Amino acid sequence: MPKLVKDGAIVDDVWTCLPKPEGEDAASVSVPEGQVIVPLSVWLAQKSQLQGRTDIGVWLDSDETADMIGEEAASLPLIAVNFPTFMDGRAFSTARLLRERYGFTGELRAVGNFIRDQLCYLRRCGVNAFAFSNPDIDLQAALKSLNDFTEYYQASVDQPLPLFRRRA
Amino acid sequence: MYIYDEYDHTILRQRVAQFRDQTERFLAGEIKPEEFLPLRLQNGLYIQRLAPMLRINVPYGMINSTQLRRLAHVARHYDKGYCHVSTRQNIQFNWPDLTEVPNILEELAEVQMHGTQSSGNCIRNTTSDQFAGVAEDEIVDPRPYCEIIRQWSTFHPEFAFLPRKFKIAVTGSRQDRAAVQVHDIGLQIVLNDAGEVGFKVYVGGGLGRTPVIGSVIREYLPQEHLLTYLEAILRVYNLYGRRDNKFKARIKILVRALTPEVFTEKVEAEWAQLKGSSSTLTQAEIDRAKSFFTEPPYETIDNAAAQAEVDALASENLAFSKWLQRNVRGHRVPGYAAVTLSLKPTGVAPGDITDRQLEIIADLADEFSFSEARTTHEQNIVLADVKKTQLFALWQTAKAAGFATPNIGTITDIICCPGGDFCSLANAKSIPIAESIQRQFEDMDYVYDLGDIDLNISGCMNACGHHHVGHIGILGVDKKGEEFYQVQLGGSASNDATLGDVLGPSFSAEDMPQVIQKLVDVFVENRTEEELFIDTYRRIGATPFKERVYAKAS
Repeated sequence: MPKLVKDGAIVDDVWTCLPKPEGEDAASVSVPEGQVIVPLSVWLAQKSQLQGRTDIGVWLDSDETADMIGEEAASLPLIAVNFPTFMDGRAFSTARLLRERYGFTGELRAVGNFIRDQLCYLRRCGVNAFAFSNPDIDLQAALKSLNDFTEYYQASVDQPLPLFRRRA
Repeated sequence: MYIYDEYDHTILRQRVAQFRDQTERFLAGEIKPEEFLPLRLQNGLYIQRLAPMLRINVPYGMINSTQLRRLAHVARHYDKGYCHVSTRQNIQFNWPDLTEVPNILEELAEVQMHGTQSSGNCIRNTTSDQFAGVAEDEIVDPRPYCEIIRQWSTFHPEFAFLPRKFKIAVTGSRQDRAAVQVHDIGLQIVLNDAGEVGFKVYVGGGLGRTPVIGSVIREYLPQEHLLTYLEAILRVYNLYGRRDNKFKARIKILVRALTPEVFTEKVEAEWAQLKGSSSTLTQAEIDRAKSFFTEPPYETIDNAAAQAEVDALASENLAFSKWLQRNVRGHRVPGYAAVTLSLKPTGVAPGDITDRQLEIIADLADEFSFSEARTTHEQNIVLADVKKTQLFALWQTAKAAGFATPNIGTITDIICCPGGDFCSLANAKSIPIAESIQRQFEDMDYVYDLGDIDLNISGCMNACGHHHVGHIGILGVDKKGEEFYQVQLGGSASNDATLGDVLGPSFSAEDMPQVIQKLVDVFVENRTEEELFIDTYRRIGATPFKERVYAKAS
């Protein structure tokens, strides 16, 4: 079973990620049983059925924004944000919005082509699970990058008070 | 000047350790070059034409004598004995060895300096007015706000992978010396009717290949909302700025595509959600930031007597008198003056400075200016708090050290990027063009008579030499492997920010001194008394200049 980093530990990835429907209507994509992360389009098209399940997560591509899930985020167990390339930093904003504006408390997972050296910033933006697309990544070594910084100037998800409100 | 506390030191130490680990992993082949690229850029490290280039931030231009001496040490031990003041008030080393960069950064961190976010697609060093705190026309000192922005933008987790680089400038004076209208965000400090401090917010200005003057998206932002408003702008940009084309990725393109009105609506909508959040500035934090920029222990000086002393010396010494006219300006405190040390003597690349000169400036700062200096975006160095009675002594030392060239603001005080001699982006050399123009205008009396002329040179359309906003702007272009130079006229980076007009077909390098001479001749023949080059150009337009420069030889 593939592994990922979650809450600072290496664990089995028990979720299956469904790709975006290609040439197929999102409404007619068949969503299998079990813990499945569906693309946003499938979620939007099949919401009425899928909302009855507790084992459905949703993934957002980098051009899909948090408000497309909106308040319903609060009821989902997992949302993933995709990195088509590690240079595409939209997911940092999307992650914060899901946590800070839409009340999402489940597993917030980075998927795709992010890199190890982004882990600390992603964690600060509220991402708590990291599924690298590259299976050769040394996850044990990557854990070290989660805490490149232990003190910060700004408010973010992990530290809601900016340093200026905490400075002794 | 801001002084780090244990929090600042901890954060910077962690950054240095992070980059040391990244560099080691890169050298061990564990990080791919394309993945190391943004990591090294966000620590100031470029790979250039001949060697790496390391850019060190000088936050809003403020630097002290300890830091100047450490830069001298770095220049001497890790580089070839000199460095370069950039057009964004930063310091660049042109020849460091990649494997030594973590050591350089560690040495600099000891004196509260670093290269973080001096490059890459992130929020860069905030720039400001080199006369902040001492200018006679200042409304409010911008530096405390610059420092607040520095801390907020440093290692901001959400905005480290923006579509493109992002530059913020702040001015607190009536005359804008920070070119705020050609920055991604420009902040101009203003007071409301009740006398409360706030900001006029410009967004989407910039030079580069698509030069744009920024749009005002808010006339008055109360100071406590500074960070939440910046966060709203950056978030809209991060989410909606173009990422498919590097040349259309700056915020100016987004503002233009949406229209400033729609962009403003998006920012205001986002801000409505962030307003009042924990990032709202407290009066205590504003006061804390201000506490680092209090007045130095100025003496009470009889200004008239001090001025009389200076005048007497000036009347006996013409060279000193010229220097006073061009390189010394007024100060809001009686008996004091602000001095600009010129890094533009003919024959030296504009902005270049040697290790020894850095140490001399450190000594001068210690002796004459409360141990502080400032870098300027015009690539000079300012000693901001000099007693008038010490100007003559300062001038003598500065002259011996080679930076008392009395040319500040004149046609030979050229803003110039490193160009094709150093930069891998450049299409053409810029430094030799600057030198050839300086040689053309060697008669200083003639140069003084011409008055203020901003002449700016960029070696490519990325416009690091700010050619669009020079009264005379020169752009190096490549035509089938040969270097040519396009001339623009009428630009300005000040309150009346304007982009220059292209004069016409480009010229060869050897033609440039004569071309500039002809342009100046047209000005001299047409000007009215009191008119500067830019005024005459605006009055008579481009045609007389074109006719002279492109006249067929008869």
